[in-house]
Amino acid sequence: MSLDMPKFSDLDALYSPDAKVATQMYEDPELFKLEMDKIFRKTWVWVAHDSEFPEKGSFKLSHVGLEPVIVVRDRKGVIHVMLNRCRHRAATVCEVKKGKTSSFQCPYHGWGYGLDGSLRALPYPEQYGDDFNKEQHGLQRLRTESYNGMVFATFNDDLEPLVDFLGPEVCRYIDLFMKQGGGFPVKVLGEHQFSVPMNWKVQLENTTDAYHFPVVHKSFMQSLDGQTEEIFRFLETGKGFVEDLGNGHSVMAMIPELIDLDENLDAPIPERFTDLAQELRDEGYPEDQVKKIVRAVGGAGFNLNLFPNVSFSLSFFRVLTPITVEKTDIRHIALGMDGGPAAANQMRLRLHEHFQGPMGFGSPDDAEVWERVQRGTKGGEDLPVLVNRGLVDEVPGTLGPRGHISAETGMRAAYKMWKGMMSQ
Amino acid sequence: MTEMSKIDTSTLLPQVTAFLWAEADLLDRKEYDHWLDLWQPEGFYTLPIGDTTDFANALNLCHDNDKMRRDRIERFKQGFSISSAPPALTVRTVSRIVIEKAEGDVITVRSAEHVIEDKFGRQRVWAANMTHTLVVTDTGFVIRAKVVRLLNSDGMLNSFSYLF
Repeated sequence: MSLDMPKFSDLDALYSPDAKVATQMYEDPELFKLEMDKIFRKTWVWVAHDSEFPEKGSFKLSHVGLEPVIVVRDRKGVIHVMLNRCRHRAATVCEVKKGKTSSFQCPYHGWGYGLDGSLRALPYPEQYGDDFNKEQHGLQRLRTESYNGMVFATFNDDLEPLVDFLGPEVCRYIDLFMKQGGGFPVKVLGEHQFSVPMNWKVQLENTTDAYHFPVVHKSFMQSLDGQTEEIFRFLETGKGFVEDLGNGHSVMAMIPELIDLDENLDAPIPERFTDLAQELRDEGYPEDQVKKIVRAVGGAGFNLNLFPNVSFSLSFFRVLTPITVEKTDIRHIALGMDGGPAAANQMRLRLHEHFQGPMGFGSPDDAEVWERVQRGTKGGEDLPVLVNRGLVDEVPGTLGPRGHISAETGMRAAYKMWKGMMSQ
Repeated sequence: MTEMSKIDTSTLLPQVTAFLWAEADLLDRKEYDHWLDLWQPEGFYTLPIGDTTDFANALNLCHDNDKMRRDRIERFKQGFSISSAPPALTVRTVSRIVIEKAEGDVITVRSAEHVIEDKFGRQRVWAANMTHTLVVTDTGFVIRAKVVRLLNSDGMLNSFSYLF
């Protein structure tokens, strides 16, 4: 390699045309730094769901790549995403994870900012001279757009609008996913957070990996009733599919009959929901609404995976935050029905606790295999990681290739986008 | 405020202490079937997130009734859950035991727990405030409720292949 040749100029060596990923992709700190710059600072990154900061003045902390941001709704209801960094000496202006406020004040020298990030006041301003312009010293604001409650932000002023980045198929699936509100708006009920010693792309791959499910989640499957276990045997029935939806996004439809929750409402109520259905009837909900709510409680039948950091996964959001090349924070966000029956939300909470989070019957097993990937890459630097499964019988889908439910089509979609962005 | 009725005050603290230590010992030795025997069937084993007390309507790390407790233990024992086979090794210390309340046959006990976990050649440390609701029976105490409040329960955690 000559001295004027950038270290990562050969992107084919990192992700080859026949879908092999170089080990370096998981462990090179310089590559990680480039990714943060060329991907996380350049594209739309998911920061929050509408329901997490529902009122005027309410806010939550989030990240865009490595950078800490505040997501806030101002007095007019406009959503702002701004860097959590005082323009004076860089102290964070907020360390409360979530709450309601009328302003943000730096604890160091007292610079005060409005809900839109504008600099309102600073103590003893005289020493900055007469030409100090407060308008130029507000919190750094990011471009912010949302679709169906999902709020995204970017540092890139030249980027295409969010809906164009998502594209029509992703928007259609987002709308379908939100039907699990059962007629009520979808609301965040809480979240499980855990940190895993792995590269962020190990997680990116996993959200579109159905192949691992019966192996890693055997113990979860064993804890289900027969009828529910049957639903999760999607690899055996083979009815599902995974499809490249463009721009790195993909859908993994495990249970196709649950893609549209408004369909098949006359199907019999599954056994695990019969008590809930009766409870709702007893509360006075009409039968058609009972069926709709009960069908929604189990979640949607697909994972929608958005590049680079969020997945709509059956009944929850999975969000990844890269921390270092070998460390990633994961949040599993539980969703419920805003204003919906308490019994239905309780069932969703218990289902979430059953699989997700540090003590779930699923997440700890996921976290272990992700960590094992990272540990395994310490050996065999020259061996590639394979994401070529299912290339043999892929067919054209609506926008991109569509593969068998266990195919690695979604990973290839993500890596194609990765490669495109890293070459810019 | 401790209200005593059927309970012998002079021996209560050592008895409760012995019980909590025995429970910790069962968990460290992964004697899970014996641990299940400590429970009243209607009891809940809960690790809340944050300071909520309305566990039913909140997201918890776990909120186990009798069935979930048994399913969880079954999962630990089956040997094909990758996070539990092999499981992390643990050493736990229970201390700072305070009898908060004793009414009739029911005792509320607060305590501090430190758990050190060892796996993959690394060790992690967890600290928690525990509250046990114990019921006095002819054969000893049984657990009616156990609430474990991990420090940083609403922050970034790791996955756990054991109980607290």
